[in-house]
Amino acid sequence: MEAALSLFVRAVFVENMALAFFLGMCTFLAVSKKVETALGLGIAVIVVQTITVPVNNLLYQVVLKDGALSWMGLADVDLSFLGLISYIGVIAAIVQILEMALDKYFPALYNALGIFLPLITVNCAILGGTLFMVERDYNFGESVIYGLGSGFGWALAITALAGIREKMKYSNVPEGLRGLGITFITVGLMALGFMSFSGVQL
Amino acid sequence: MAKLDPKEAQDVLFKPLLRDNPIALQVLGICSALAVTTKLETALVMCLALTSVTACSNAAISAIRHHIPSSIRIIVQMTIIASLVIVADQLLKAFFFEISKQMSVFVGLIITNCIVMGRAEAYAMKNPPLPSLLDGIGNGLGYSLILVVVAVIRELFGSGKLLGVEILPLVTEGGWYTANGLLLLPPSAFFIIGLFIWILRTYKPEQVEEPEFEEAKAAPHTV
Repeated sequence: MEAALSLFVRAVFVENMALAFFLGMCTFLAVSKKVETALGLGIAVIVVQTITVPVNNLLYQVVLKDGALSWMGLADVDLSFLGLISYIGVIAAIVQILEMALDKYFPALYNALGIFLPLITVNCAILGGTLFMVERDYNFGESVIYGLGSGFGWALAITALAGIREKMKYSNVPEGLRGLGITFITVGLMALGFMSFSGVQL
Repeated sequence: MAKLDPKEAQDVLFKPLLRDNPIALQVLGICSALAVTTKLETALVMCLALTSVTACSNAAISAIRHHIPSSIRIIVQMTIIASLVIVADQLLKAFFFEISKQMSVFVGLIITNCIVMGRAEAYAMKNPPLPSLLDGIGNGLGYSLILVVVAVIRELFGSGKLLGVEILPLVTEGGWYTANGLLLLPPSAFFIIGLFIWILRTYKPEQVEEPEFEEAKAAPHTV
């Protein structure tokens, strides 16, 4: 239990997807102008991340890992080089299924999150979560917690940035920094803040 | 295939460097730009990988662009890109194992790097293979330009070295330079790119974004 909690906290704060590993930066900068939309995208990322990381974990443990196919009598087959293409396939498929399922059964939720779902396939935070899970060799339980935690951390970061940017549009930013430039610097300051969770290692 | 006008080819190739830079102006592919720049060596390898993947995927997608049904084009592009990235990843593992370890997941993340996808969608789907190839190389170079600048600043001032060769002798090793440890940490990458954009836009003012709110001008001063 304690290990699970520590993994969760580490995934949310210390190893924050957006601010420590720079994952999902493109959408992070593009969709953070309003708190409302940022929150919607954040929730969509949490949902997709919590589903895809464990599914890819199963795929990795049962099919792709070196020697994982021994249950089929193929003990010396290593399919891990197929990893990248299978993970992205799984992610694209799950996003598509989720979109259709939401459309059919939860139209209200679909209206709120629908426009963000296509953006998520190409969000590096999702694929990054899966790749980190593979690299660190998490088991199934850990992968569920890691998926939830990393998604939550990303959502937290984008919502916070959107809050700051909403306040900032009334300030008089130097011309060349307007828009993208000042956003980068804001994100840098936020990343500094998040680093205090791990203790600054200079 | 129509002959490519050299002037036009040059334009396609060099426009993304400063005038239409993928990172600074199109806001594409930032994720990996920041993560691999603590050392010049990893940054160079990343640039090489990304440029070749973008160029090849652009050429491949553009070659089959008339045969891709538009409803499934994203997944077709994704498959082509993913296959190319697997090739790049395997090559790196075979020939630069140490560096590929340091870059960990970021080679795989080229798949979701928006530059590759963005150029495929915006350019390769509409243009013949040869210009698409050049466009891929050009955008790869534009990305590389920023990566190399950021990596040089971070490695030189963060650890006093370039490509592992000591340039500024460190105080800890009897020299005179006190390393700025902040530059090796994630936040510094954001600051450097932010400032880079500032410099670029001061030099090319037409890239400045419109303010979201007009300042109330010449409001009569009321006391």
